[in-house]
Amino acid sequence: MEAIILQILNGLDKGSAYALIALGLTLIFGTLGVVNFAHGALFMIGAFCAVTLSRIISASHTIVDDTQTDFLGNPLKVEVPYVYDWFGQATGDAIIDWAVPLSILFAIPVMIGIGVLMERGLIKHFYHRPHADQILVTFGLAIVLQEIIKYYYGANPIPTPAPSAFTGSFDFGALMGFDPGQIIYPYWRIIYFIFAAIIIGGVFAFLQFTTFGMVVRAGMADRETVQLLGINIDKRFTLMFGIAAAVAGLAGVMYTPINSPNYHMGMDFLVLSFVVVVVGGMGSLPGAVLAGFLLGIVESFASMRVVLDIMPGINQIIIYLVAIIILLTRPRGLMGRKGVMED
Amino acid sequence: MSNPTLSRRGVLKTGAIAGAGVAAPTIFTAQSAAAFTNEPTGSSVTLGFNVPQSGPYADEGADELRAYELAVEHLNGGGDGGLMNTFSSKALQGNGIMGKKVEYVTGDTQTKSDAARASARSMIEKDGAVMITGGSSSGVAVAVQALCQEAGVIFMAGLTHSNDTTGKDKKANGFRHFFNSYMTGAALAPVLANNYGTDRKAYHLTADYNWGYTTEEAVRTSTEAMGWETVGTVLTPLTQTDFSSYIAPVLNSGADVLVLNHYGGNMVNSLTNAVQFGLRERQANGKNFEIVVPLYSRLMAKGAGANVKGIFGSTNWHWSLQDEGSKQFVQSFGTKYGFPPSQAAHTCYVQALLYADAVERAGSFNPCAVGEALKDFEFDGMGNGKTLYRGEDHQCFKDVLVVKGKENPTSEFDLLEIVEITPVSQVTYDASIFGGDLGTCNPGA
Repeated sequence: MEAIILQILNGLDKGSAYALIALGLTLIFGTLGVVNFAHGALFMIGAFCAVTLSRIISASHTIVDDTQTDFLGNPLKVEVPYVYDWFGQATGDAIIDWAVPLSILFAIPVMIGIGVLMERGLIKHFYHRPHADQILVTFGLAIVLQEIIKYYYGANPIPTPAPSAFTGSFDFGALMGFDPGQIIYPYWRIIYFIFAAIIIGGVFAFLQFTTFGMVVRAGMADRETVQLLGINIDKRFTLMFGIAAAVAGLAGVMYTPINSPNYHMGMDFLVLSFVVVVVGGMGSLPGAVLAGFLLGIVESFASMRVVLDIMPGINQIIIYLVAIIILLTRPRGLMGRKGVMED
Repeated sequence: MSNPTLSRRGVLKTGAIAGAGVAAPTIFTAQSAAAFTNEPTGSSVTLGFNVPQSGPYADEGADELRAYELAVEHLNGGGDGGLMNTFSSKALQGNGIMGKKVEYVTGDTQTKSDAARASARSMIEKDGAVMITGGSSSGVAVAVQALCQEAGVIFMAGLTHSNDTTGKDKKANGFRHFFNSYMTGAALAPVLANNYGTDRKAYHLTADYNWGYTTEEAVRTSTEAMGWETVGTVLTPLTQTDFSSYIAPVLNSGADVLVLNHYGGNMVNSLTNAVQFGLRERQANGKNFEIVVPLYSRLMAKGAGANVKGIFGSTNWHWSLQDEGSKQFVQSFGTKYGFPPSQAAHTCYVQALLYADAVERAGSFNPCAVGEALKDFEFDGMGNGKTLYRGEDHQCFKDVLVVKGKENPTSEFDLLEIVEITPVSQVTYDASIFGGDLGTCNPGA
């Protein structure tokens, strides 16, 4: 029982990342009709926003400590962060410690800017081209973006820890009447799940309860009629691209303490997120979220030893197997609409 | 005035003569007249450095390339001479190799076997490389080693830790300086038993590819011989990034030790996830729960940050060693590049010098003569103490370092501390246990 509860928690946590990325993908597809293979790269750039802000906050000057030597036997050069000089060591350490949460504020404008730039600079030229062209150009863009990141940050993962207040684990077992230590779960992963729920809820509320959102939904349903009413729907869709980029970026920022970011992390999530979108139903926002959590949970259960003992290697194919089954029984995905990508 | 006309037969004749003229230098000098593949005939000799310049191990590849460039500089008489000052063999004079200036070409393995073979083939066929060296993966090493055997050039392996490289996949033209999975198990198990006791239950997470299998087997066999019990082994996909669903079952498995048979990004992520789940603070079977990482790389350990603290593993070489060879190499590399070398850099630098030295001692670039010079060659002063290049499998035998993540690092390079230098006698094994056949040396041409 403990193992099952743990895997459900793992699935919800994994599903949070899948759902956030798939949500952005669906927003872009639903509004602009573009299949964006660069969306994983936006997730990765978001993670590197956290790395960048962490480095900015930790920017330092060098002092020479004559009492110690470096690896060559020369006096040791010690890096002293500027925040120590400005705020004292205790406050400076606290600021550096909270770099990841602070990066949320940094990442939102950066990611919206990158999203708008991407849409205006490149993607708008491919609106009326076949989906295959869109996939090729956005996949190419993804490779360019990850190579730029690799050039500046290197290929190795860069540790970007959570604030020390959130580095421990929460004992769910004790709360649920099990023996202590049987069902423990890292604080940061719980925070990631809550954060994802807030972002997903926020996006739905924005689309459902604001005038801007209403116009966007109307544009998604019938673009031409909305334009005939004199509304500049293109401008709103461009902004939606920026918002979708910000959602992917925030998913990346908050993911950095879970796994040290590297230039390739976007590609690792991209294929799975597309499977999530297809399983959820192309263009369906609730479908993307539902499929994200569903596939996350299924993947977690397939990684259990008891399952692997019966079906070795099932962990590597389970998501695709489930996708095949769902698409065979429901060709439009779990919540897909008639007519989307069917022409 | 004649009026020349073109006939079909005339065009064919002219074409045949012209074609033969163009082809003659390649057909009669480069291949048939040469005693072996890419025999250097001019005043220089070309070496091929095949390292990952893109992909997940690009940083490790960059460090390998730095080491090779340093080696070339030293071989040509530049810099401070590096390990040529401490190397027990004095055949190298700093005048290139056999008086020929050393030049080099580079290839990008991408840490993919097919890409690595393609770049090695290009360096051999187009650039005339007489020796290929480098790499950061056992899959790549085995693939390139087989290619070099077919092509008739020497392969001096870079970072490859699988038993297979000098076991079932060994080749007469291939030589490995790096240690292997068996040696890791033999060195690590006694240290683990001393520190954690002999009554332990281990759970292995293993990368699902060749290196993972041989490392798991080596560590499992060695620790079980010390009295440990293996309660579970799970293969994890090489592409896995989040290991939480593999770590969570460990909590209720009855294990009190988690062995992570992962390298590179896999190791960084699985270790980070294991620490997040509180395994380091956990008690199991009345003991502190422990984590073990059999193969450490300082470059990769950096990615895991503070999570490596106190965790045991093994490494081929470390810059904090205090023998004359290590100090000299750290001095040379550190002065040129501003930071200490990695184990990948060390093994690649040493391989380049060992090849050059073997050519000098053999008096020939012929790969069969070079191979004979390397076989059963005993040397010292290269940073690992007395070392033997065993003739039976072309594997180097030297002391193995058991290391631990440092609790209080003083710099970004100061991540690991050496806890034991395991003597070579403890990690030596019978060459026949891993099967394979060296075959015969192939000089090519």
